[in-house]
Amino acid sequence: MEFEQILFYIFSFWFVASSLAMIFSRNAAKAVLFLILAFFSAASIWILLEAEFLAIILILVYVGAVMVLFLFVIKMLNIDKSTLRAKFAGYLPLGLVVAAVIVAEMILVLGSHQFGLEVVAAPARHSADYSNITVLATQLYTTYVYPFELAAVLLLIAIIAAITLVHQSQIKRKQQSISEQVKVRAKDRLRLISITSPNKKTKEVDGG
Amino acid sequence: MVVSLSDYLILSSIVFCIGLVGIFVNRTNIITLLMCVELILVAVNTNFIAFSYFLENESGQIFVFFILTVAAAEVAIGLAILTLLFRNKGSISVDVTNSLKG
Repeated sequence: MEFEQILFYIFSFWFVASSLAMIFSRNAAKAVLFLILAFFSAASIWILLEAEFLAIILILVYVGAVMVLFLFVIKMLNIDKSTLRAKFAGYLPLGLVVAAVIVAEMILVLGSHQFGLEVVAAPARHSADYSNITVLATQLYTTYVYPFELAAVLLLIAIIAAITLVHQSQIKRKQQSISEQVKVRAKDRLRLISITSPNKKTKEVDGG
Repeated sequence: MVVSLSDYLILSSIVFCIGLVGIFVNRTNIITLLMCVELILVAVNTNFIAFSYFLENESGQIFVFFILTVAAAEVAIGLAILTLLFRNKGSISVDVTNSLKG
């Protein structure tokens, strides 16, 4: 068994195991942590497939931004754990049957007689000076430049939509009212009253 | 190279089905549903990258790039809707959000 095959099986094991742990964990924060482990394993598999840029993007964008956003929302919402424990396994048997049938069909279709090394030969590894980023950027800025711009517009729309959705209404927001602030006088805000000091009294009591 | 294309494809189909089971069994928490969708997308992306490597064509990686972009936008809007739901209903259970049911 070659070293690359060993790596593939290690990464696959952790990918599948952490995915299973993610869907069966009842605590949402733990599920996010297992999903982060699954993403790291997936990024390792992508590096085996010489997609270094996308692997780094998966870790930076997904683990660094999206998963942190998930954790932030989970911690912010303070979900009641007792409601999460109810009705967990209602559709579990049906789901397992469907998944088993899909996996069996996929293995029948995608088996080594269709996509094995004899049918689809593995390409030669690139040399050390091969730059995945250069190849991707060349494609992205020439052939796919319009989809690239559309993706930028899509992200902008997503920002605007997310902010508009969670934005509080006008009444709940604190804002300045300049005219009211200018019109105010000292007698509206400041009141001078004379108070006898309580410390002095206690001193007298102590002394007496 | 001893790992064949079918190994990668079978791995990604297994992870895809795990995400599918996650959507089936999690009726109590919309956050977990979103995470299962993410898992399914990563499995699909692994398919794209495996084909891109074995067919020596970089277009598959470009597609993964765009899928990642759309998924990030989807998560941002999904979590915003989730926050709104929690603010209005006080819960993020799937069973609570059935006001569209006739």
